Amino acid sequence: MIDDLTELTIKDAARLLRLGSISSADLVTAHVERIERLDPHVKAYLRFTPELWEKQADEADRKIGQGEAPPLAGIPMAVKDVLCVRGVETTAGSQILRGFKPPYTATAVARLFEAGAVMLGVTNCDEFAMGSSTENSGYFPTRNPWDLDRVPGGSSGGSAAAVAAGEAMIALGSDTGGSIRQPAALCGVVGMKPTYGRVSRYGLIAFASSLDQIGPFARTVDDAAITLSLMAGFDPLDATSSDRPGLEVLNSSGGTVKGMRLGVPREYYDVKGIEPGVKAALDAALFILRNAGAEIVDVSLPHTDYGLAAYYIIAPAECSSNLARFDGVRYGLAEVDAPNITDEYMQTRRKGFGTEVRRRVMLGTYALSSGYYDAYYLKAQKVRTLIKRDFDEAFKKCDAIVSATSPTVAFPIGSKTQDPLSMYLCDVLTLGGNLAGLPGISVPCGTSDGLPVGLQVLGPQWGESVVLRVARSYEEASEIRAEVASVV
Amino acid sequence: MEVHVQPKTRTKMFCGCAVAPLNAPPNTYVCEICLGLPGTLPVANKAAVEACLKTALALNCEIPRHTKFDRKNYMYPDLPKGYQISQYDLPMSVSGHVEVATRKVRIRRVHLEEDTGKLVHAGDKLHKAWESYVDLNRAGVPLMEIVSEPDLRSADEARDYATELRTLLRAIGASEAEMEKGQMRVEPNISIRRAASDELGVKTELKNINSFRALHRAILFEVERQTQVLESGGRVVQETRGWSEAEQRTFSQRSKEFAEDYRYFPEPDLPPLEVEREWIDELRRNLPELPSVRRARLLDHLPAAQVAVIGADRELADLYENAVARGAPALPTANWIVNEVAPTGKLSPPENLAELMKLLHDGAITRDSAREVYVESVETGRTPAEIVAEHGYAQVSDESELRVLAEAVIDANPKAAADYRNGKKQAMQALMADLRKRAPHANPKVANELLLKLLA
Repeated sequence: MIDDLTELTIKDAARLLRLGSISSADLVTAHVERIERLDPHVKAYLRFTPELWEKQADEADRKIGQGEAPPLAGIPMAVKDVLCVRGVETTAGSQILRGFKPPYTATAVARLFEAGAVMLGVTNCDEFAMGSSTENSGYFPTRNPWDLDRVPGGSSGGSAAAVAAGEAMIALGSDTGGSIRQPAALCGVVGMKPTYGRVSRYGLIAFASSLDQIGPFARTVDDAAITLSLMAGFDPLDATSSDRPGLEVLNSSGGTVKGMRLGVPREYYDVKGIEPGVKAALDAALFILRNAGAEIVDVSLPHTDYGLAAYYIIAPAECSSNLARFDGVRYGLAEVDAPNITDEYMQTRRKGFGTEVRRRVMLGTYALSSGYYDAYYLKAQKVRTLIKRDFDEAFKKCDAIVSATSPTVAFPIGSKTQDPLSMYLCDVLTLGGNLAGLPGISVPCGTSDGLPVGLQVLGPQWGESVVLRVARSYEEASEIRAEVASVV
Repeated sequence: MEVHVQPKTRTKMFCGCAVAPLNAPPNTYVCEICLGLPGTLPVANKAAVEACLKTALALNCEIPRHTKFDRKNYMYPDLPKGYQISQYDLPMSVSGHVEVATRKVRIRRVHLEEDTGKLVHAGDKLHKAWESYVDLNRAGVPLMEIVSEPDLRSADEARDYATELRTLLRAIGASEAEMEKGQMRVEPNISIRRAASDELGVKTELKNINSFRALHRAILFEVERQTQVLESGGRVVQETRGWSEAEQRTFSQRSKEFAEDYRYFPEPDLPPLEVEREWIDELRRNLPELPSVRRARLLDHLPAAQVAVIGADRELADLYENAVARGAPALPTANWIVNEVAPTGKLSPPENLAELMKLLHDGAITRDSAREVYVESVETGRTPAEIVAEHGYAQVSDESELRVLAEAVIDANPKAAADYRNGKKQAMQALMADLRKRAPHANPKVANELLLKLLA
């Protein structure tokens, strides 16, 4: 019975809560007990927020009792360690921010609190969201609930693992090059990156500002859609946020792919390093979609090969600037015994930042340097424009694009840490969506060697409803549901 | 010249913090955004953009449709984000000009950026300080940077250019431009050249200039210093030099031979600004008369000396023109404003000044009384006529009354009277002084005539 409560969807939980069959406190208790049992193995969470969950569950129960329950009343949620929550230690997975308690809450989180969500804790991630395995966390690696010797993906690995292990009903992540979709695929859950500008970035500790987006993890497409719709929309604190339409949440009768044209980019289908098991799962998914009435069309994204290179100029360039504020002067780690300010900066940052963060700060600093700017940053921006055009062209021939989310299933812990480039290749199918600012989702599409495979659906800018429609009809037609991993 | 001007805004450039008053306690006008806490984002202040656009229009600049903000990256403890949001290759405006006396000074660009915080070092010298404190009240305060082309040829022209900018900024309401309050910071770049040559020498940039006087002196000093360096066979080093007010000299602060690499790139947190033409047109329509235009008009009926004072200040010029429009005599009113209003800053409503000028002009009161009436009128808001009636300042012009007085003065000053009769005309001054002492409200013209008559 207790385990059942950790396997509910938002819709079912909301029904039971309103019927009075369960209370928000019951939901929290069930999740906390599961966390106590499993998280010592999975290590999805960095820290827990009992004060918040008690207060928020009480509040939810009170409102439900008064018949005023907001849409997420009592829903247990995990939050990635890059989203500021007032008074809760928020460190972006980095030692440099150890002890930092922001005096403000990220807009996306605040909106979900407003909608009644109950925060269980802060989830682990790659330091400053830089990585694809959560092994770059400044604290400890998170493990894949389906195989504890494997990574959960990253950078939002903690959030993906928490939802997969039933340690949260929904979770928030951030996606800069695939950091929601790739771990969702590797952990067998639903993960969505909205259109750039759909969700306010206020309170999201920035990695690469022009690419970062906040999005939800859930075990069903509907849960992801509801969560996204409640945090989306213009925020006066984020000049890049927008109120554009295109986020109509699907009602239960809506959502068929009949008559839709789904593009399969050949550069993605035959991407280098794609595992046969992943390709087989993708083929099966395409078959199901075709059977459901979709037309599968061949499209091309000719500049795909340059995307990875452009991404690894633009993202580090922005990060080198975004991370300059971590200097030990105002908050976080400070090495104050240095003889002068320059040494203080260097000692603080050398001690506080991990290898991958230092590598990207150096790459980005170099790419922006005078004499190299034109050859690297400017060139990369031109490639970015070409990649956007590729997608524009492709969307003339199709309504949405489908591909595998990750070329591989979850890989063994430690297998890629010595080779950054092989780690970077994990994002080859997802980062195009960030460079072009497109909405994308990863939904479970079967397994390969017993490990989850994800199907990625990308839509045109502001086309979340198209993406959700395809994902939901696939979910329905395939009868593949994200399962809760039993772990041990 | 590079001139930084703080536009008149209620809040900072990218957050909702109020702009700190001078001498506010440290770090009391700050928020998570201007402190650069992680996760915070900038949002551009529309009032600052508007002030910058108005300034650009007043300086005859072109305003491109597309403009954007960029990050200027460098680490320093007074810069909370590790970068300053500024504008690099697509500034708010370009290619303007302003007339300063007979010189047309071209304006290269006017752009917007944010100010940094302030460091306070324990101990008086940076290198000896054992501790430094950071005050971020100013961090994020909006600044417009006005950059001119190298068109200014002397310290005089540089000072005149700076005062013209101040006049203009105040006239259009873009800034208070008080140098002493740090609302206007002037950084001249100075290079010299041989008389016959077109090629400018290596330039130095001067900082720490807090007044127009200091600007003038600093430039004179620096021109002389560079001349001496070259004449003694040395070479001028490209550097930033500070002006020391105490020592009245410039000193080397920072070499610019190895230019710092600021790694500018477009600010991804702020979408590019598309400046709507309708907005520009509206701002242009609502721009007040520019000081140069007004000065030309004032010169039609006033001497240049008076125009130099009145035309440099929008409030003085408004007072003058409004008083004259209400019947005040032109030149005496101009003189009054130059001598009595400009030095004290005491502004009266134009109708009161007009009334006072008419009283003075008609000989109803003396100039000494007029001064007292003016001050009292400004302080109490009452009309000059009321004050004159109440205090009995009305000037005595009645000859029979004044004759008695004049006779008394001659009797009391026999020596001066005798001197005058013996041809020492300046003795009359002593007699008039005594008369004014005895009767401050005596009409000096009539009294003088009576004295002359009695002594003849």
